[in-house]
Amino acid sequence: MFMFIFNKLKTFPKGGIHPPEVKISAEKPIERIPLPANIKVPIAQHIGVPATPVVERGGLVKTGQVIAKTAGFVSANIHAPASGKVAKISEELDVSGYRRTTIMIRVNKEEEWAEGIDTTDELRSEISLTREQILEKILEGGIVGMGGATFPSHVKLNVPRGKKADVLIINGVECEPYLTSDHQLMLEKSEELMVGVRILMKALDVKKAIIGIENNKKDAIDKLSLIAEKYDDISVDALKVQYPQGGEKQLIKALINREVPSGKLPIDVGTVVHNVGTTYAVYEAVQKNKPLIERVITVTGKSVKNPGNFIARIGTPVSALIDAAGGLPEDTGKVLSGGPMMGKALNDLGIPVTKGTSGILILPEKESARSKSKVCIRCSKCINVCPMGLEPFYLMTTIQRGMYDEAEQNRILDCIECGSCAYICPSNRELLDYIRLGKATVSNLIRERQSA
Amino acid sequence: MESNLLTVSPSPHIHQEQTISRLMWDVIFAMLPAFAFSVYVFGLGALMVTLIAVLSAVFFEYMIAKHLLKREPDIMDGSAVVTGMLLAFNVPTNLPWWLVVIGSFVAIGIGKMSFGGLGNNPFNPALVGRVFLLISFPVQMTTWPVPFESRMSITDVVTGATPLGFIKDGLKNGESLISLMQEVPGHIDFFLGTQPGSMGEISGLLLIIGFLYMVIRKVITWHIPVIVIGTMFIFSGLLWFGNPDRFVDPLFQILTGGALLGAIFMATDYVTSPMTIRGIVIYSVGIGVITILIRVFGAYPEGISFAILIMNAFVPLLNKYLKPSRFGEKVKNG
Amino acid sequence: MNQTIIITIVSLSGLGAVAAMILYVVARQFRVETDPRIDEIEEVLPATNCGGCGQPGCRAFAEALAQAVDISDMHCPVGGNDVMKQVGQILGVEVKEKDPYIAVVKCSGSFEHRKKTNVYDGAPNCTVASMLYGGDTGCAYGCVGLGECVDACDFEAMYMDEKTGLPVVIEDKCTACNACVKACPKDIMELWPRGRKNRRIFVACINEEKGGIAKKYCSVACTGCEKCVDVCRYDSVVVENNLAIIDPEKCKLCKDCVEVCPSKVIDMVNFPPKKDRPPRKDRPDRKLARTKAETVGAEASGAEAGGVATAVKNEQTKATGTDTVEAKNTNSPVSESETGNPQDQPSGRSEPKPVARTEKQDSDQEDKKDNSSEKENKA
Repeated sequence: MFMFIFNKLKTFPKGGIHPPEVKISAEKPIERIPLPANIKVPIAQHIGVPATPVVERGGLVKTGQVIAKTAGFVSANIHAPASGKVAKISEELDVSGYRRTTIMIRVNKEEEWAEGIDTTDELRSEISLTREQILEKILEGGIVGMGGATFPSHVKLNVPRGKKADVLIINGVECEPYLTSDHQLMLEKSEELMVGVRILMKALDVKKAIIGIENNKKDAIDKLSLIAEKYDDISVDALKVQYPQGGEKQLIKALINREVPSGKLPIDVGTVVHNVGTTYAVYEAVQKNKPLIERVITVTGKSVKNPGNFIARIGTPVSALIDAAGGLPEDTGKVLSGGPMMGKALNDLGIPVTKGTSGILILPEKESARSKSKVCIRCSKCINVCPMGLEPFYLMTTIQRGMYDEAEQNRILDCIECGSCAYICPSNRELLDYIRLGKATVSNLIRERQSA
Repeated sequence: MESNLLTVSPSPHIHQEQTISRLMWDVIFAMLPAFAFSVYVFGLGALMVTLIAVLSAVFFEYMIAKHLLKREPDIMDGSAVVTGMLLAFNVPTNLPWWLVVIGSFVAIGIGKMSFGGLGNNPFNPALVGRVFLLISFPVQMTTWPVPFESRMSITDVVTGATPLGFIKDGLKNGESLISLMQEVPGHIDFFLGTQPGSMGEISGLLLIIGFLYMVIRKVITWHIPVIVIGTMFIFSGLLWFGNPDRFVDPLFQILTGGALLGAIFMATDYVTSPMTIRGIVIYSVGIGVITILIRVFGAYPEGISFAILIMNAFVPLLNKYLKPSRFGEKVKNG
Repeated sequence: MNQTIIITIVSLSGLGAVAAMILYVVARQFRVETDPRIDEIEEVLPATNCGGCGQPGCRAFAEALAQAVDISDMHCPVGGNDVMKQVGQILGVEVKEKDPYIAVVKCSGSFEHRKKTNVYDGAPNCTVASMLYGGDTGCAYGCVGLGECVDACDFEAMYMDEKTGLPVVIEDKCTACNACVKACPKDIMELWPRGRKNRRIFVACINEEKGGIAKKYCSVACTGCEKCVDVCRYDSVVVENNLAIIDPEKCKLCKDCVEVCPSKVIDMVNFPPKKDRPPRKDRPDRKLARTKAETVGAEASGAEAGGVATAVKNEQTKATGTDTVEAKNTNSPVSESETGNPQDQPSGRSEPKPVARTEKQDSDQEDKKDNSSEKENKA
């Protein structure tokens, strides 16, 4: 703790851990994954209402064509990631671990793009659209938060009446170990990214934007700072490496020292946070009319042959990505969608990549197995690392005993599920497993109470 | 495929390497310098007492877990070894072996296992054992072997009083502090460790090395030891400043007796110390104040054991009412 | 010395007397008039405090009974008709007899019939596992096998069968208190009428997926083939969402559906074994490849596990039931629950289950909004 005082780099003050970074795929140029023969597009790739399919079995689709329409305010369009024939609409396993409605497309050999999409790599830095037109494009393009939470972006940009954002924060932290997709994107698409930042600033009508990047990505900081010099209102801030700095609330605290109150949103403290991946997608949707049909994904792991960063169409099976990285290693124990701290373990390799897949991480068997859970020795390490100032050990006990009121009073809903507590616990207790269970139960109880 | 099924579990999927047993062995490792030195100073007795204490503590833990609690004994977590070591550090090296065994039994049986084992005991087990012995067998527990004399014998040793006891007795008999102070060794001796006392009490330097080791290994944080010692220093300093003829100087208070041992190894026990920073402050200040109160005004020359036990009793209360400061609690933006 | 003793005695007795007076005055002053019937009823109730009646404990139930105008909806599942009759006498009302119920396990997917597709390594809690994903087999409806129902049972009436990985209800001990039903995140447990002579027939599957998919992951899944519907003479079987459902009210226990079911997923309990025909499910060993997790149990059991016949189930049931001391007080097989459909069971302790199914999660976007955006942008 003492060390931070001498360190000039900004960070969030409370809790946090520093797991081994293992960014083995860093600085690997982005490679394109060839189109697979079949593509599976789940209609629920975002938080909120699943989109409504607007194609039918046997129908022909062009790349970029809407195949499922937004079904509410908190929802997003889904576009055909490749041209071909709709093979079927059925229940398929997706990243949630359950079978859910999925549109399967048999991909044509000759790719045919929907009209009006600019597929060139040419940089278009002129922002000619008005604020409303930008928001419309983002909504049309089905942009969602690409850091993993997949919250529809247009919702965040539609600032509720009576609230006003004054700073836009761009999240280039990538605090999860192993993942490098955002890092590589910042290096390769820095100019485009900057245009994206300006589009978002225009959409939000803010005069200031800060790009927060952790200090382990010095090249990205340098590159973006160089471009940002052209603009007075965009700055790049280096942050001390600490997990979970990519958490919205932690990032806001670190960059502009504002604390989002419990149960409130960043907009309540006058800011909106967008991920760099999202920002790039916004650039493509607004400037190139290209909807969100592909994304950069890190495929990595200690025993993976060719860890790297790939750009893949949504709906590509995870197995295709793993093949591109040199195949599934012998000693595989877990395959994760996302990073090791918050990623989701996959139970099948046929699961398709979705808008929220930031990485595929392959953990060896011996690393992935959890050790046996022992008794709590009250070492208070979980309290010390909790970035939200909660008491994970206590929350776990309350949930196990069914004391939901007590858990609610102890702010269980503030938990951001970063996993720092379970990471640090010397007794290997399943702290987050039970806290997550408690969060679900408590929010159900609250909903029941409100409806009663 | 059968042999190669994917593992699925909720996040997080990685874990740091520190486990309970590694923490405990780190504590043991931190005690080794002081232990080695006390073997050098007190000779065979120190070795025997430690060996008996550790072995009997492990034995009782194993037997109670297996036969009374009927569960898989987990002695490899090292917590029983730590308790045994700490107990040995707290008793005179010439203590009869059967007393050590009784102390271990009370420490493990009553202090720890009767509450449900590791993680559930409200009081520091080693101190429960120590205080039990002190109250039940005050004579054996307060005759301290003199350093470097009779190193090769175990029970038949030259004994003397601890500096604290010596001063206390002297003051009670109406002698002046100044004359008494001239008869006890100087501060440097206390710091290096050539005072009569229990094994763990003798060398302040080596205890501080152990403390630094534990802080670097992230076994404990600096808070409890520093606040306890700081409080003792300030409180006894105020008394000394008020009346230097009656009260000993603060440095003396810190370096003698079990102050450092208690603050570094006993008060920091995970299970029996508070979990939040606010609780830790109150707990540590309480220990410091009560220790000096007992030393200066109480019946015993040394009071840190009692002080820690007393504050241990408040820990559940502190945990319940002193919550960590939540993120987003104070709405103060700017 | 004497003086000391006298002073001690006097002062202590004085203190005692003062304390006694205070207690007396307070007790008189603050006495709360209670309905004497509450105590009487509480005497009669089984004092298990299980919450099966929907009240937090027996005392609360007694209070509720004494206050209630109409007690026909109130029932003590543990005490059963006997207790309710006594309660009725105390309250001076007539209590209708209710059909006895029992908890049934509506999943047949034992290790052998349902191959593991992955290994679960999280907290040993069914709800945690089902919040994470569909489960360690391909069937997202089936039993998770981590025993939350067993933990929820206050009467030691359930245990996990290590050979099958499924919970087993001990007939004699089950009081139909609904605790396991509420505990199960997959809604596999259901209260079912005990039936005539304790015999009952039910579909031990709740998989609503299409036949092909269901069958792919579990050899004893209900495919919704409707053969049972066709064969039933009493219209007691319907197929909804690819799943056969038997109406216990209409079922006459004729066993036709049991015999016709191609998946052998219709369970019949407590029927005498037929002599001429081999018992249900006693087919030649299917030689299913086993995963490492199940080999231990399956290998050891061999033939037994081969036929998870109800006969076997019952034998185990009885054995465990009579072994234990408590068996005696539940020996009366009559213990019952609400009339009518087992679906509208007494609401019980009203802790709702966290929503585990994704379909449900999708619909509640509103509250997701808050938490989700926090995680937004986490790389």
